[in-house]
Amino acid sequence: MNLKELVLENSDEIVSRWVEKQGNHSLQDYSSTISNDMIKQMNHEFADIIISSLKEGGANLENLDDFAEKVVNLGWPFGYITEGLQIFRTESIKFVLDQQGTENKEEFIYVMDGINEWIDPLKTRLMNQYSANWNNIISLQKLALEELSAPLIPVMDEITVMPLVGTIDTDRAKLIMENLLSGVVKNRTDVVLIDITGVPVVDTMVAHHIIQAAEAVRLLGATCILVGIRPEIAQTIVNLGIDLSQFPTKSSLKKGFETALEITDKQIVSNDDKKEDVEEILDAIGKE
Amino acid sequence: MKETVSSVVIKKEWDIVGARQAGRQLSQELGFGSVDQARIATAISELARNIYLYAKEGEISFEELYDLPKVGLKIVARDKGPGINDLSAVMQDGYSTSGGLGAGLPGVKRLMDEFDLVSDEEGTKVTAIKWARP
Repeated sequence: MNLKELVLENSDEIVSRWVEKQGNHSLQDYSSTISNDMIKQMNHEFADIIISSLKEGGANLENLDDFAEKVVNLGWPFGYITEGLQIFRTESIKFVLDQQGTENKEEFIYVMDGINEWIDPLKTRLMNQYSANWNNIISLQKLALEELSAPLIPVMDEITVMPLVGTIDTDRAKLIMENLLSGVVKNRTDVVLIDITGVPVVDTMVAHHIIQAAEAVRLLGATCILVGIRPEIAQTIVNLGIDLSQFPTKSSLKKGFETALEITDKQIVSNDDKKEDVEEILDAIGKE
Repeated sequence: MKETVSSVVIKKEWDIVGARQAGRQLSQELGFGSVDQARIATAISELARNIYLYAKEGEISFEELYDLPKVGLKIVARDKGPGINDLSAVMQDGYSTSGGLGAGLPGVKRLMDEFDLVSDEEGTKVTAIKWARP
């Protein structure tokens, strides 16, 4: 009986030994958050894929890819795949050798080679697919972050707000500058409020980029107001000796917005006030 | 009593953020106030950025200092870069060879309580200590 037939015929036995040995060392850190049923189901699927790839004489690529994607989406570690395949390899070799009862060295090497030939392509494919999926997730997140990184919000005619949240690195600083300048021109902005409430650290590089952006905005004929300066940030800026006196700064977006209204010669009028005025006039008329 | 806690390797720009977060967390655990935490994070950011900009590669290490009743955090930035030519010039405000603001090193000195700078052709080592106010 050839090797492949032997393994296939006894696949149930090998799989059950595999499941027993699998033990899921690589999942130990996670085991509290993963249900046993889930692990069982994944192990079952894993075994199916390995066995069916042997049956069909080559891996069913689509199934493999799906499985790798599933492992990534579950957030399970790389080790789950590699460990699983290693244990499967060991168990298969052991099983076959037990069956044949061989002491012969050459035969042992023949069995090992046969099994390796079957497991190795599986391993390569699964690993490649796992890392490809992972890279895909990272690049998608990077893209999503980039979209969020320098939003420009026109709040009313002539006034625009750019809220910055998170760390500013060189790439992001460039993006901020570009968005800011093109936005100022496109929206015919007179005042831009840059809100740094969400920027955790303002070091000399971040300050430098903000100063440059404000200077460029000034060249376009608009005013830049830096808002959302937290007390601790104010202190570190002073300690660093950074001069931000060339453009106005305010502690909060609210105060900055009030200044922006003044600059653009606008006023916000409450509707209630108007009503009262009307009532007063009506009263006055009534008295006459 | 001293105890080396951890170190962060600086190779990429994002490592700066890693170093900063490690420092911020440590300073929080040591009981620094929020202003001092911001100072420490900013100082680490400056030192790490210097490594990234001028030496390309280096390491920031943190040490908890217990000189009871004082508690402090020691930050050491080491690199094997080209070294600093003019040590007195870099400590002056506004001196920069990269078009920056030139406030980095003198700024770090002002942000921290103790500051030491050693540099030769074999690299640069900056040591800075901040003591927590009890």
